[in-house]
Amino acid sequence: MTRTEVLVIGAGPAGIAAAAAAAENGRRVVVLDNNLSAGGQIWRSATVKANKSSDQRNRPKLRALERLERCGAQLLPCRSVYSAEASGTVVAVDEAGSAIEPEQFHFDHLILATGARERFLPFPGWTLPGVFGAGGLQALVEGGYPVAGKRVVVAGTGPLLLAVAAHLAEDGAIVSHVVEQAPLRRLLWLIASLGRDPAKLIEGARYRAALGRTAYRTGSWVDEAIAARDGMSLEAVRITNGTRTWTEPCDLLACGYHLVPNTEIAELLGCNFRGRFVKVDHEQRTSLENVFAAGEPTGIGGLEAALLQGEIAGMAAAGRSSTSLITRAAKQRGFGNRLEKAFALRNELRSLARPGTIVCRCEDVPLASIRDRTGWTDAKLQTRCGMGPCQGRVCGPAVEYLFGWTPVSVRQPLIPVPLDVFCRQPEND
Amino acid sequence: MPDCLSVTINGAPRQVPRGTTVAAALLIAAQPSRLSVLGEPRAALCGMGICFECRATINGIQHRRSCQILCEQGMTIRTNR
Repeated sequence: MTRTEVLVIGAGPAGIAAAAAAAENGRRVVVLDNNLSAGGQIWRSATVKANKSSDQRNRPKLRALERLERCGAQLLPCRSVYSAEASGTVVAVDEAGSAIEPEQFHFDHLILATGARERFLPFPGWTLPGVFGAGGLQALVEGGYPVAGKRVVVAGTGPLLLAVAAHLAEDGAIVSHVVEQAPLRRLLWLIASLGRDPAKLIEGARYRAALGRTAYRTGSWVDEAIAARDGMSLEAVRITNGTRTWTEPCDLLACGYHLVPNTEIAELLGCNFRGRFVKVDHEQRTSLENVFAAGEPTGIGGLEAALLQGEIAGMAAAGRSSTSLITRAAKQRGFGNRLEKAFALRNELRSLARPGTIVCRCEDVPLASIRDRTGWTDAKLQTRCGMGPCQGRVCGPAVEYLFGWTPVSVRQPLIPVPLDVFCRQPEND
Repeated sequence: MPDCLSVTINGAPRQVPRGTTVAAALLIAAQPSRLSVLGEPRAALCGMGICFECRATINGIQHRRSCQILCEQGMTIRTNR
């Protein structure tokens, strides 16, 4: 058992800022993260390519990681939280350990900085090896999967697509198309609205410039991934803009539809929500007195918002407050709303899946089995949709978009753990 | 290969650069990580420990998310075939 004043879950930008702010204000801090090292999805650094590029772009990341190291907070990577109680207990397992053992943490204040994941939408062929999330493929490349010389189509929606495409191209992939479902006029509206935030404009322009020979198709989407003869890999994708449809040969498809927040722990604790997001006050405090949330779980707002919110939450957990930070964070909130509007999903995407298309990948539940169900509970009871190892993390947001079903309650264990681990009473030493 | 590790994937020896995740090693070896309930081959999707498609048996422990684990010298990796 580990006792700490402040427990931070998630070591992405928000979690790092929160941990450092709390530690620098004299609090004892432990940070749990389920990845191999700190940085979150946006600052992946654990693996093969670690610290390869020391250029300008990496500076904020290196600064944050150095600060985390210096501040005295204890970072525990590879930890997956499967149980949490607002009274002050969190239980996790070490994912990289040689045995699966529960570890219990007691806290006074808890900061949830659990980030976001990609939204996936089912379409024919999306379960083929060779089809990845957009951020998903980039993460795997960072983990040592070489893409040099491979023909890649990047598709879906959101600001991540250009960033992913640029990184893949940098790694030698032949990115033939970036296929963005949002119409051009909404993207132009978003760009125009960024006038007050030149840094974001410059970032976007740099990614586009890195993609000299790549076609950027707006108002278009992939409606099928076509298997090679072996049934084990990809041969092509079909792209459409609603009037024209064509087939594009490729080896890999990287497809993700913007982001959805990771809010399972907040739900389990019983935090109040505002729509899909954890409801917080100006100091990032949730509806529970000793629980804070920062970054994407409170609204998809990107890096700057996450850093500011994390800083505020960390200070608040240490009993401090900064009005200037709070003012700056409030200004960032508009950006997330504009992203959501610009990259809103078009209706056509609701009809990509055919009756036989798998919706729940864990349990292989096709669209035909669930579309006539009355809601989530009915679908779960009758088809096992959403009841496999991912616990609906992939099909949940898809089903929410397809049928408007809101998720039902979250239960522990939040991730699959062996029964003997789940049943064990953690020792009270 | 400089700074490489030896692992076995379904009994076959493989060399991978240090710092390679097990999921990446499976992709390099063109091995699906598992067969689905209906017997379809599946490979990593999300790359960040959410989707569980990349789960494999690593050093005898079943259902490990291979995208969240680095290859180690002598590691035994079995896909769920």
